[in-house]
Amino acid sequence: MSDRPRHLFVERQTYRRRRLQDAARFLPVLGIVLMMVPLLWSEGAEGVTMSGAVIYLFLIWAALVAAAMVLSLYLRDDRSEPEDSPPESRREAGR
Amino acid sequence: MNTVNLLILVCTVYVALLFLVAFVAERSAMRGRGRWLRSPMVYTLSLSIYCTAWTFYGAVGYAARSGLEYITIYLGPTIVMIGWWWVLRKLVRVGRAQRVTSIADLISARFGKSNLLAVGVTILAVVGTTPYIALQLQSVTLSFASFADAVGQPGPGDGARASTALWVAMGLALFTVLFGTRNLDANERHHGVVMAIAVEAVVKLVALLAVGVFVVWGLSGGVNETLARIDASKIGNWQMDGGRWAALTFLSAAACLCLPRMFQVMVVENADEAHLRTASWAFPGYLLLMSLFVVPIAVMGLERLPEGANPDLFVLTLPLAEGQTALAIFSFLGGFSSATSMVIVAALALATMVSNHMVMPLWLRWTGGRASVSGDVRHVVLLSRRISIAGVVALGYVYYRTTGGGAALASIGLVSFAGVAQVLPVMIGGLYWRGATRLGALAGLSVGFGLWGYALFLPSLGGGIMPQDILANGPLGIAWLRPQALFGIEGLDPLVHAVLWSLLLNALTFFTVSLATFPTPLERLQGAQFVNVLNQAGSARSWSAGAAQAEDLMVMAQRILGAPEAQAFFEQEAERQSGRAVRPGALPEPNPDFLQRLERELSGSVGAATAHAMVAQIVGGASVSVRELLAVADETAQMIEYSDRLEAQSKELAATAAKLREANDKLTRLSVQKDAFLSQISHELRTPMTSIRAFSEILRDTADVSPEEQRKYSSIIHDESVRLTRLLDDLLDLSVLENGQVNLNIRQGDLREALDKAVSAAAAEGDAGLRVLREDAAAPIRLETDFDRLGQVFINLIANARKYCDAAAPELRITTRPLSDGQVQVDFVDNGSGIPLEARDLIFEKFARASPQRAGGAGLGLSICRQIMERLGGAVDYLPSERNAHFRVTLPATAAAARPARGKPKLTN
Repeated sequence: MSDRPRHLFVERQTYRRRRLQDAARFLPVLGIVLMMVPLLWSEGAEGVTMSGAVIYLFLIWAALVAAAMVLSLYLRDDRSEPEDSPPESRREAGR
Repeated sequence: MNTVNLLILVCTVYVALLFLVAFVAERSAMRGRGRWLRSPMVYTLSLSIYCTAWTFYGAVGYAARSGLEYITIYLGPTIVMIGWWWVLRKLVRVGRAQRVTSIADLISARFGKSNLLAVGVTILAVVGTTPYIALQLQSVTLSFASFADAVGQPGPGDGARASTALWVAMGLALFTVLFGTRNLDANERHHGVVMAIAVEAVVKLVALLAVGVFVVWGLSGGVNETLARIDASKIGNWQMDGGRWAALTFLSAAACLCLPRMFQVMVVENADEAHLRTASWAFPGYLLLMSLFVVPIAVMGLERLPEGANPDLFVLTLPLAEGQTALAIFSFLGGFSSATSMVIVAALALATMVSNHMVMPLWLRWTGGRASVSGDVRHVVLLSRRISIAGVVALGYVYYRTTGGGAALASIGLVSFAGVAQVLPVMIGGLYWRGATRLGALAGLSVGFGLWGYALFLPSLGGGIMPQDILANGPLGIAWLRPQALFGIEGLDPLVHAVLWSLLLNALTFFTVSLATFPTPLERLQGAQFVNVLNQAGSARSWSAGAAQAEDLMVMAQRILGAPEAQAFFEQEAERQSGRAVRPGALPEPNPDFLQRLERELSGSVGAATAHAMVAQIVGGASVSVRELLAVADETAQMIEYSDRLEAQSKELAATAAKLREANDKLTRLSVQKDAFLSQISHELRTPMTSIRAFSEILRDTADVSPEEQRKYSSIIHDESVRLTRLLDDLLDLSVLENGQVNLNIRQGDLREALDKAVSAAAAEGDAGLRVLREDAAAPIRLETDFDRLGQVFINLIANARKYCDAAAPELRITTRPLSDGQVQVDFVDNGSGIPLEARDLIFEKFARASPQRAGGAGLGLSICRQIMERLGGAVDYLPSERNAHFRVTLPATAAAARPARGKPKLTN
């Protein structure tokens, strides 16, 4: 592992996979931000109506579920691919 | 049949169905046909025990009171699940790699298998969960009672109401014992339980959806109408305490990770990590459906039901009020399912913790660890777990009875969440930070638990458990210690206040104490295993993974090679890698080169195959547990010690055998010498006897023997007789000396005179071929000894020199020297070739002759000399020298200075 230079660039497929992982990491952050949006709403009679709040929250909730579902389909079997070294050098390092 | 009895019948059938489902699931799992039991969907549905009766009934009541705030309870888990790539993936991987059995086990395993920590977490979980179990019992009782009230049929009667809870508790305990402790599965999986709660998950979801659909399309008349009704209701405007919104979202997220029952289904019962991928979207979807109709039901309940109706039971009472008895029964089943599934899994999880971390250690201590037979322990574990399950459920029931099932219980859900959330800092810290230590975890948990109890749990119990005076003015009147306004910060919601302070100070203490303390080797090893669990399983390896492995290798190497050797080897390798001197304790980078050398070093102790397997297990990331690895290392160390002992013993044996062989050789040689002597002495005796007989026969039988011949023959007879006598004298002499029967004639005399006499006597006996040189000490040496015997020794030594000296011009040098300690030394050195090495240790033995080919005597001379010198308190020795034969006689100058005579002659010299 250390006696070989790390690969600076990876294959296109690996690159895609890593960006998908980034997306999976980013999704809950996005979720938190969207969930905290109601904190900014004005309250009282002239503020946001309850039905509006319900619709907003359930829509982003459903959107998050859908996004997570799509990501989970693409993130199948995360273990088979190493992230920064080709498999044969890793196997050597294990000797 | 009245409706209440119908409800009881339906419930009984439903419970029987659950038992059947669990039984079938166990059966097929046992026969290996249980693949369908382990589908991602079953896993997702089993996660639904997050939705208890508190959320099934309580969410609607919550919404009726405070609008949309209830939704935070579902938003937190949603974020945790869609963020599975961050935490859950690692948590589940660790749980599977370390074969974790509960959240207490996880914390304990991370911090060096500390049982104290496990006990702490267990107590925290029991304290936090018991009221929650009571809440479930209450919800069943309450819903049953209100069902009976609503249909106007008192059913079993008031007295029996309390017994509803008892029956439910007993039924749940029975179910959990039956299906939760069927076997001691290594991975703590319970197929029957999981399958039953999956079925219950479907029932409660469908029940709630059915009520929701009925409300929206049956009562309200459509979606738009429902939305209009929502806006028109008293919760129609957006109202939100921002602090509570954020705090509750966070709290429910934390609870989703830390609740013992959630941990049980999410981590312990997880059969395949890939299931998590499905659950990451399916479970949020489930939660979404569970909460979809909460607001419409609440609004419709507020609109249709009388003013004083309990909003917590709208889900049940709304269909009843509308005359939909079947729907109401279905709804009741939903609530019943929520309550029972929670109690079952919570009891199972808590019982595992209580049994593993409290009962078993105590039992092992009491029995003094006698339980070495595996079947023995197995039985006890099962029994202890069964008793723990019954105990946990009983605790919940007792709590329910003592608190009277009042309103205080209703708020316990969030209080309980806040309690178990105290584990979060330690858990997250343990998973992501290698510097987290056991003491830090203990301190953080204690602070968090204490603050939670002080600021939230005790005040929430009400009823005078925390005196009003303390709540208002603080303990002893110290205002800044008021439980709900710590450090003088007032105006916060009590829950937000308690969560904020307890978690903040918990995390701070955990962090600070961890920084200040030093972890044990096992803690460090476990820390590395936990933090790097994703890397070990084969994905990317970062620089920290390298350091971790070096440390792991070091721990392993120490167990096998011994601490100093391993440290020296690692330092040497670090020096080799960096090319310069390193500070002590530096670790080398585990590159293939180093690993190969380490493996070679280890294979010297444990064999190549084992060494390779051990190194590969650490570096290659095979998911063997650390405990196993260390056990192997310990065994190996014992084996090495044992083989060392064997080696020492066999060396000792070899030395003894060599000595015996030497002694045997000597005995054999002596025996040969003796045989040779006997034949020699026979010959020696026979020769003179023959001539004596022959000449005496001539003298007797021959008539005319001239006087001259007569004289000649008789002198021959005389000479031969003398020779015979001398031989016999020698033998007698030796025998007398050896038996210690000799009488010594001690008198004063001069050493020089004794030597003079001996030299002249020796010269008189044979030819004068030997030249004797004298080097006497300057002063005359006075002796007090037996001079006749001493002379005999001197004569013998001089005669030996004459007989055996093989030089062309034989010379004997006699030197006398007085010693400081009252001894006198006389050296006899000739210029011959000396005595051969192999004969040196035999010359003083009887019958021994240095060279048989020069057989001049019977080989008794030196033996007699040694015996005489011992009687005189001195010694005669042969001094090994390169060229000459060198005899040394040592004797005391006076009888007083004599050394104590040795007893029998020793076998070895």
